[in-house]
Amino acid sequence: MTAALSIKGMSKTFDVSAPWLNRVLEGRERQFVKAVSDVSFDVTEGSCFSIVGESGCGKSTVARLVTGLYRPTAGAVNFTDRDGRRLRVQMIFQDPHSSLNPRWRVGDIIAEPIHEMQLRDSREKTRERVSELLEIVGLSAEDAVKFPHEFSGGQRQRISIARALASEPDLLVCDEPTSALDVSVQAQILNLMRRLQKELGLTYLFISHDLSVVRHMSDHIAVMYLGRIIEQAKVETLFQRPLHPYSKLLLDTIPDIHAPHRAKDAQAGEPPSPLNPPPGCAFHPRCPFANERCRHEEPDLLEHVQDVVVACHAVEEGRL
Amino acid sequence: MFDGRNEAAPQDSRTYPALSVENLTVEFPSRRGVLTAIDDVSMEIHRGEILGVVGESGAGKSITGLAVLGLLEAPGRVAGGSITVGGRRVDGLTEAELTKVRGREMGAIFQDPLTALNPLFTVGAQLVETIRLHTDLDKAEAREKALDLLREVGIPAPEDRLKQYPHQFSGGMRQRVVIALALAADPQLIIADEPTTALDVSIQAQIIALLRRLCEDHGTGIMLVTHDMGVIAETADRVAVMYSGKVIESGPVEDVIHKPHHPYTQGLMNAIPSLHERVEELEQIDGSMPRLAARPGGCSFHPRCPHAGPRCRKQMPPLIQVGNTKSACWLQQGGTEL
Repeated sequence: MTAALSIKGMSKTFDVSAPWLNRVLEGRERQFVKAVSDVSFDVTEGSCFSIVGESGCGKSTVARLVTGLYRPTAGAVNFTDRDGRRLRVQMIFQDPHSSLNPRWRVGDIIAEPIHEMQLRDSREKTRERVSELLEIVGLSAEDAVKFPHEFSGGQRQRISIARALASEPDLLVCDEPTSALDVSVQAQILNLMRRLQKELGLTYLFISHDLSVVRHMSDHIAVMYLGRIIEQAKVETLFQRPLHPYSKLLLDTIPDIHAPHRAKDAQAGEPPSPLNPPPGCAFHPRCPFANERCRHEEPDLLEHVQDVVVACHAVEEGRL
Repeated sequence: MFDGRNEAAPQDSRTYPALSVENLTVEFPSRRGVLTAIDDVSMEIHRGEILGVVGESGAGKSITGLAVLGLLEAPGRVAGGSITVGGRRVDGLTEAELTKVRGREMGAIFQDPLTALNPLFTVGAQLVETIRLHTDLDKAEAREKALDLLREVGIPAPEDRLKQYPHQFSGGMRQRVVIALALAADPQLIIADEPTTALDVSIQAQIIALLRRLCEDHGTGIMLVTHDMGVIAETADRVAVMYSGKVIESGPVEDVIHKPHHPYTQGLMNAIPSLHERVEELEQIDGSMPRLAARPGGCSFHPRCPHAGPRCRKQMPPLIQVGNTKSACWLQQGGTEL
C-alpha cells in the first residue's frame, strides 16, 4: 500500500508575544506556543486516518498544515501517489454556516473550484458538473439556484462536501465535519462520506474529538496531547487495548450509552496550558503512573507492540 | 406577596416535587401568525432526581428550561399550562416576584461558563453578592459560605481562587464556579442547559460526576437539557425525549435507551455510532426536523417515520404508558390506519 499523505517531523510554532511596545515598556519576553511539535505519520491511499484529542491539542493545526493554510515551522508534508503525481487536497470545515458565502448561490459556490482550476472548458459543462455533484451528495440539481440560508445544517454540510469534491480531490481533510450537526443528521453525513470514499476512492484525514465517530470512520487513529502524537495504532487495536494512560483516560471518560457508570478513577486534572507545558512527558501531572523519569525526560514515540507506536516511559519499562 | 392562586404556597415545600410542569404551551407571535414552540408539554422532577431532556436543535428543550426560569425572551410567552416549583406556581409572576424565586428556589447552569460570569468582578465578589441576595448572612458569613461552596464543587485552594477573576479560570473550573453560584441559595431545582457541551470529554466526566453528587447530597432536582445521549445515560434517572415542541417519549433512562417504543427514539439510538462494534452503515433518519413555521399536521414525525400511516398524517397521538415508558405513537395505540 502506498502512502497518499506522508508527514515527517512537522512542527508549527505560533508567535503569541505581546506587541513590541509592551515588550519594551514592560520588559516582557517574546512568547511562543508550540502548537504542533515533531508530528510524523503516513496515510495509506484509500484509507481513513483520524486524529483525536481534546481542544488545544493541535489537531486542527495539523489539518491546516496539511492543506497549506499554515506553513510548517519545520518538517515536510508530501502527497504524491506511486507515479509521483501530486495528489489534490481539499478540506471540509466544521461549521456549515460560516464556511459557505451567504451571498452566493449554491451553484456558484460549487462551481468556483471548477472555474479556478479550469477543470471544465465551457459554462455548459460546468453547470452539468455542478448538477452531478449536487446529486452525488444527495441534493437535487434544482438546488443550485438557492442560497445557503435556505438549507438546514445537514444539507449545508452536503453543499460543503459537493464543493470539496468539485476540484476532484484525492485526499479530503475533514475538520470536525459533523460536530455542529444533530445525531440523526450526523448519521446521514457519515454514511454519505463512507459511500463517497468507496465510490471515488478517496483518502480521508479525519479530525475529531468524538471517539464514537472516529471509531466508525477510521482505519488508523492517532491520539494527540499538547501538540504531540502520543499513541498511534489501528482503530480496533486502540479501542480494544489502549496503551498510553491518556488514551485510556479518553476511552474511560467518554459517555457511552451502552455502558454508563464505568469506574472512573483517572479523571483528575485538566490539560495544561500549551503556553507553559510541563517538562518531561506533558501528561505526567495527570498520570497515575508518572515517576521521576517522566517528570524530566520526554518519551519518544516507539513501536512497542507491532503496529502500535506509543510515547510513554511506563509502557517502555513494562510498568503498565 | 403573591397573587391569589399562590395562596396555597406550602409551608414545607420539600414534600412537593421539585418541578411540576403541566400542559405547558409556549408561543411566539410573529408576523405570519402565532408559532407554537412548546405544545402541551408535561413533566415532573422529584427532589434528588435528574431528568434528562433530550432532542435535536429546535426541538424546544432549551425553551422549556427558559420558560421554567421565567427567562423567555419577548415576544415568547407562556400561553397555557402551569409551572410549579416546590409547590408554588411560578408562571405568570411579575418580574419582581420572579427575581425572588430565581436563584433562591431555582438555579441555572448554562452552556458557556464565560458568559454566565461577570468578567469585571472577582469570583468571590460574585459569590458573596449572590449568597447575600438570597440569604440573611452577613458579609463574613457569606464569604465562609462561598469558600464552602467552592470546596464542595472541587476547586483547589479556594481562598486564593476567591480573589481571582473569571478569565483566570479554565473552562472546567469556570463551570464549577457557575455550579457553585447556582447552589448558593440551596435551590430545590437546577436547570442545567448543555452544561458540559463546551467542555472536553475528560472535564465533562468530572462535571457530570459533580452534578450527580450534588443532586444526591442536597436533594436538588435537576433538569438536564442536552443533545448528547451519552451524557444522559451517565447522569439522568429519567429522560424525556422532545421532538418538534412535544415530549414524544419519556421514562426511566435504561428503558428509553435500550427499549424505546417511539420510532424517533429508536432511530436516534441507532444513529449513534457505537464504541464497541463497527457497522458498515449507520441507521439514519432521513430528512431533518421540520422548522417551527412549517410543522406538518398530525404527528410531526410522520414525514420521516418509516411506519407512518394515514392516521399519523391527521391526528397527533397522545403520550400514554406503553411498557415501561410513555410513548406518543399510534403504532402502539391501535395502529396507524384510520
